This record gives sequence, structure tokens and C-alpha cells, in this order.
Amino acid sequence: MTDAAAIHTEGLTKTFRGGQVAVDHLELTVPSGSVFGFLGPNGSGKTTTIRMLMGLIEPTSGTARVLGRPMPGAARTVLPQVGALIEGPALYGFLTGRDNLLRYDAADPTADPRTRRTRVAAALDRVGLAAAAGKKAKAYSLGMKQRLGLASALLQPRRLLVLDEPTNGLDPQGMREIRSLVRELASDGTTVFLSSHLLDEIEQVCTHAAVMAQGRLITQGAVADLAAGARGRLVVTTPDAGDAARVLKEQGVGDVVVTEERVTAEPPDRDLAEVNAALVTAGVRVRGFVVERASLEDAFVALTGEGFDVAG
Amino acid sequence: MSRAEGTGAERTGSDTAGSDRAGAEPTGAQSAGAELAGWSDPGATGLRKPGPLWTLGLFRSELVTTFRRWRTIALLAVLAGVPVLVGVAVKIETSGGSSAGGGGGAGPAFITQITNNGLFLVFTALAATLPFFLPMAIGVIAGDAIAGEANAGTLRYLLVAPAGRTRLLLTKYATTMTFCLVATLVVAASALAVGALLFPLGELTTISGTRISFAEGLGRALLIALVVAASLIGVAALGLFVSTLTNSGIAAMATTVGLLITVQILDQIPQLDALQPYFFSHYWLSFADLMRDPVYWDDVQRNLGLQCLYAAVFGSAAWARFTAKDITA
Repeated sequence: MTDAAAIHTEGLTKTFRGGQVAVDHLELTVPSGSVFGFLGPNGSGKTTTIRMLMGLIEPTSGTARVLGRPMPGAARTVLPQVGALIEGPALYGFLTGRDNLLRYDAADPTADPRTRRTRVAAALDRVGLAAAAGKKAKAYSLGMKQRLGLASALLQPRRLLVLDEPTNGLDPQGMREIRSLVRELASDGTTVFLSSHLLDEIEQVCTHAAVMAQGRLITQGAVADLAAGARGRLVVTTPDAGDAARVLKEQGVGDVVVTEERVTAEPPDRDLAEVNAALVTAGVRVRGFVVERASLEDAFVALTGEGFDVAG
Repeated sequence: MSRAEGTGAERTGSDTAGSDRAGAEPTGAQSAGAELAGWSDPGATGLRKPGPLWTLGLFRSELVTTFRRWRTIALLAVLAGVPVLVGVAVKIETSGGSSAGGGGGAGPAFITQITNNGLFLVFTALAATLPFFLPMAIGVIAGDAIAGEANAGTLRYLLVAPAGRTRLLLTKYATTMTFCLVATLVVAASALAVGALLFPLGELTTISGTRISFAEGLGRALLIALVVAASLIGVAALGLFVSTLTNSGIAAMATTVGLLITVQILDQIPQLDALQPYFFSHYWLSFADLMRDPVYWDDVQRNLGLQCLYAAVFGSAAWARFTAKDITA
């Protein structure tokens, strides 16, 4: 695999008619072979970015390179190597699931018609739709449509998969299946670009992530680093909360908050074993002593400084 | 080249095997390895050279998709019904023994000849459907071509497949033209069947008064059907252009049919006679000249030239619009 990034944008900007800036000078780098989580509240510009990467929307300014080639200029050579699910599945209701895939495959001029039926059957099988392949798509549930959309992204071996909200409409079982499918594809060397507003989804499968809010990129990097950016909390569970808080303050621990039987604080830089020893020496009955790891959600809230609301 | 296709097929094969992991394939890991190797080689995907005819797959798919829709079949059924109505009406009118009404005189006076020769039902049916039924059906198909896909969201998936914008537009136009031809032939075939069933066939008299054999008459009927189909090129191009302007299939269909009606009305207003030669419908009924002996070609040529002009102008406009359009649906 080449070192070149699977996706790289420079100053990517889209201003819609009427002056609304949907994407503002985006500098995004998706390393090859990564599972990249693209996070942001609804309306933050994720889908517009994806549409620009897929050549559906012309950027107002800036450049985007996908698999090392400029988009939308090199769409004909790039897109056959890219599987995409954009803003939910779109199907021909009057065609069966299988015929939908046959049609999408026929649209790709590099797809071999001799292997079309085999590849369609394999893709249907892979998303667990083989049994419903002969049903008209309008009779599909939202989850089945989502699966069919995924199948259309898997008609060919791909170097890059772009999945926009892939677990929308799926039940928990379906979500698990998608996650394991993403992991399986990633282990085959496919770069997966996954947009979502579900933080735990990103945290569970992604190696890298970027966060967008109001058209701007707030941060990007490895998921572990991002989560580390938001510091964890030291949590002491004890019936002697008052004493514990006093001892912790004496030990130089900052931001001590007492709530009934829990005392939380900013973890100190010194050895935590000593802090614990100090508590016990002072006669505090410690039931639990732990540093709770910061979740990506904490990181997100710390970064955006606000909740996960729709941008106005 | 042949080697490249070989590896392509192999990779697809191994992909099939790879996805079938539950089946305890001993070669599973191996094939996954091969897959990886295939992907990581930057040249490998470039080797997936398309065959020269593969690009026509989209056209075939488009034809199948269009003609399998209930809407298309219903439109064709309506068109096939028009000659039946005309035929039965003429039959009932003349069943009392009197020959069909003496005159009328307006338009190509084929209808009076039907009782003598069923073949005239073909000309009558085409003359009856060309001003409205046929172009309306074309307007529905052409108007829905791009806008309908945009409305359903399938347009974005076709484009990331990637169908290619120019290729998709050409495919849509070719499909619309195929529909023009099929629709016209459906009217003609239905009329011929009804005419043969209800009326005698045989030698026929041309507009000029000379007599031609039934075989030559059939040939003329086919020629007329082709000219009628070609008369619809302009509407098809116009409909396709409208279709690239909106994301609503219904709006595009309604606009196209609305334009059609407007132009037909304007074509009847005498004060606009300077403009009328540029209306796409102005020379439509010139196909009757093909029933003269010798054939009078001038207006037919003018008609075909005008249709080509419309195709060029609105085809270019549709292309310019569609290739530069932001696909947000």
C-alpha cells in the first residue's frame, strides 16, 4: 500500500447559493488503511464534504484528492475503486433487490458483465440479504434497504469505502453486523471512511477520527489521542466522602467534587498509589478508587464546548 | 490485456470465496491474501480494463428498467387503445350501409378512406395521436429521465458507480428515442391489426389519386411511422433538458407537457405566423405528404431539420446543465 493518503483535502470550501458556507477550508487527511470516523452534529457539513469527495458537488474553492487523484477531475478512474453509501440508500422500488444491484453494477463501465450475477449474489450474501433478493425493494424495511445500499458498495473489491451513517435504521443486531463487516473489510486492507453522529459507534470501530462543527474541522487524529486530549476523572467511592475530599485536597488534587458517596477529582500527576495510601492512612474507608477514561464524547464536548445539537 | 482480464476474474472469484467464509474454506486465508495483494498493487485496478461493449450495459439496463415499469406499459396500452377506438367508431358509424360522412376536409382526410381500406387506419391513428398522445407520453418518459432519478435519490448512486454524466445523459436520450420509436410502432401495429380485422385490405389510392399496391402501401405506412417517431426528437430533447433543471420528476413531466400544449395553441394563432415555422410541432402533420405520388418531401425535410435543430440546441443545453450541476438530491 502506498503511503499516500486515501483522502486528502486542501482548503476545501463549499458555499451554496445564498451565501451559506457549508464547508469552510477543510484540511482533511485520511491515512490509507485506516478506519476513519467522520464526526459531527447534523448540519455540520459532513454530507456536503462527502458529496464533494465523490464528485457530486463542485467545490467553490480548494482541492480534494481521493486515492491520490484529484476529484472531481479523475472521477472515472477513482470511483470504480470506491464503494459509497451516501445519505442513506436509494433504490428503485419497482425492481427486486437483485435487479437494483444489477442496475448499479451496469452503471459502472469497468464492471465485467460476465461476472455480474456472481458478484451481485456474493454482495447480497455478504449483507445477509440473499433470502430477500427476489423481493421488490419497495417491500423492504429501512434496515433491509440500508443493507442493500451497503451491498451496492461491495459489488467490487474496493480500495476505499465511504459510508455515510451506515447504521441508520438498523436494529442493534444489524449494527453489530455492520461493525463486524467494517472490521473485516478493514483487515483486508480497505480504507473505510465512516461518517456518523453516533460517538460510541465511532469509538468502537475507528482507528482515526475527525470532528466537524459548523463547516469547520475541529480536530483530527488517532482516536486514542483524541480521547486522551480530554482528561479522565479520578473517582473515589467511599462512605466517608467529606474526609476523602479533605484528604484529596491536602494531597494537592484539584477540582474536587463531592456527590454523596462519590468524590471525583482531576487526576494528579503524582503516583496514584500514594494518594490512595494517604486516604487509607487518614482512616477513609475506600470502596473504589479508579480513573475513569475519557470517552470520545467527553472529547467532543470539550472540543466543541457545547452539546451535540443541530447547527442553526 | 488478456492476462489482465484473467487476474480480474480471479480476484472476483476469490472475493466470492472470501465472502463465503462460513463454509470452512481451507483456501480462505490464501484467497484473502491474494485479494490483498491485488488491491495493494496500485497498477492492479488500472488493469481492470473495460471491454469495448461494457459501456452499453447501462443502456441495456436503462431499457429494461424503463420498459418494465407499469407506467411505461400503461402509456403504451393507452396508445394502443386509440386506434381501437377510432376503428370501432368508424365501423359503427358506417354499419348502416352509408359510406362514412362526406367531407370533414380538415387535416389529412384519411378517415373517410378507412372503410375502403383498413391500412388507412394506420395513417388516421398516427394523425390522431401525433398532436397530443404521443408527445405527452414522450414528455412523461423524457421529463422523468433525470429528475425522476434525482427524486428517488438513485441519481447519486448511478453517478458514483460511476456512470459518468455525459454517458448517463446519452443513455437517457437514447432510451427516450427508443421509446419514441416503440410508442409509434405500437400505435401503427395496433391500427394495422384493428384495420385488418374490421375493414377490407388491398390496393389503395394515394392523396394524388394514383393507385399503389398493398405491399407498397405497407412500406409507406412503415416510412410514415418512422417519420412520426423522428418528429418526436424535438420534444424528447426539450423534455430531457427540463428534466435536468429540477429534482422533481412530476414537475419536469408537467412542465414538458405544459410546453407542448402551449406551443400547440400558439401554433393556431395567426398573428404569430412569423414564429410558427420554429415551433417543433409546426410541420408534424407533413407526414401526410408521404402518401402523395410522387412523394412531396419539402415539408418532411423541414420537419426533420427542425427536429435536429431542437435536438442540438436542447441536447447541448441539457449537457451543459447536467455536467455542471451540483447533485444535492
